[in-house]
Amino acid sequence: MQTVKMVVTGPFNSGKTEFIKSVSEIAPVFTERKISSEAEKVKATTTVAMDFGRITVDDDLVLYLFGTPGQRRFDFMWEILSEGMLGFIVMVDSTRPETFREARNILETFRAYAPTPYVVAANKQDMEDAWDLDDMRITLRLDAKVKLLPCVATDKEAVKNVLLELLYSILEEMESGKGR
Amino acid sequence: MPLKGNLKDISITQVLNLVHVAQKTGTLTVERQNEKAYTAFLGGKLAFAQYGQEDSSLPAILYRAKKITASQYRVIQEKARSVSDKELGLLMVNANYISQQDILASLQMHCIAVINRLFTWAEGIFQFENDILPPDGKIPVRVNLENIIIEGTRRMKELEQLQDEIPSLDIALKFANRPGTNIKDKKLNVDEWKVISYISPRNSIKQIAAATKLSDLEIRRVVYTLLQAGLVELIRPEGAAIPVPIRPAIPNATHEEQTGLIHRLINRIRSI
Repeated sequence: MQTVKMVVTGPFNSGKTEFIKSVSEIAPVFTERKISSEAEKVKATTTVAMDFGRITVDDDLVLYLFGTPGQRRFDFMWEILSEGMLGFIVMVDSTRPETFREARNILETFRAYAPTPYVVAANKQDMEDAWDLDDMRITLRLDAKVKLLPCVATDKEAVKNVLLELLYSILEEMESGKGR
Repeated sequence: MPLKGNLKDISITQVLNLVHVAQKTGTLTVERQNEKAYTAFLGGKLAFAQYGQEDSSLPAILYRAKKITASQYRVIQEKARSVSDKELGLLMVNANYISQQDILASLQMHCIAVINRLFTWAEGIFQFENDILPPDGKIPVRVNLENIIIEGTRRMKELEQLQDEIPSLDIALKFANRPGTNIKDKKLNVDEWKVISYISPRNSIKQIAAATKLSDLEIRRVVYTLLQAGLVELIRPEGAAIPVPIRPAIPNATHEEQTGLIHRLINRIRSI
């Protein structure tokens, strides 16, 4: 049995857990705790170690989706989680521009850990106050080549699209690196 | 026993506050990598400062403060090489060459500038030794530390924010490829123009800072302004280590096996 993994990262409350929940075939293993910090009491609980969801491909292959803890004090976990990943998804809450800077920092950190392909998912695009993708791209300073995808983490089709786009990027990377 | 520690554990503002509140007399030495700053305090007030091997003689300080010209600086250096700063200052004031206020203001500016550099140090070994006075022959100033600490705290906060924006100075800059943008039309300040003149994929921000003699805070401030204005973009410097190519999903698998695996994943995701 082969197992491969992708990492879903992003700032606190960006929708990582929901994203995994939408496509995982098992009830994802969540490690959530009540939030203690006043500043981060946007929601009642947060992921403190990692979430993981599973997608069985066939008898020989399983894909695991790992969600990173959103709060910075758990970022010691990131390097461990990024080890051996196929690629990663950076979730950004489109309605909370105050988290964009942190999203970019997380992206840079993960790129430094493992230069694997990645996509950026602009979550909560169904919300009225969601930022436009073009504006987010400028603010997040994403290169035109980086895929910034609209997403609603509770919508399975939107989540599938993000995963597929990441897989296409991985495939492209493999094709372009064939001669290396 | 000297007071010792690392700025990453106790910030420079905390150290200065301690000196200020306890009205300490002594010298504070702060070191990191190849840099060293030496400051002296009298009764909790800043009295003297020297940054590394930078010339902190009175003529050099007056020249940097534009109180004397380059030729005056050269003449004074030649003729008064063996004269102490105290004697030289007295001679210059008596000869109506410069006022006492100008000398003191220039020395204060110099000392504050040295301390301000320390606010950009996230870490560095510091040591405070009680009762060691400024070197003989130097003119001590009396600068209250309160305002320096307040300003320093602001600078540290600003630096923290800028470090978030520009986490590394090992990256390079390139001009943004935006049609219709003419940099000549932009109202840039002197430091910004200086930095602009060094922008090249070959130069890291750190190298530009060294060439333009800007501190970490100053270079970050300039780069941030240029980034915000959309004039430049961050890039990996030419010649820098290229990131390792994508790691195989399955170690020891052939290219065909790798791509086959990704196709299987794609088909599975599509079918969910």
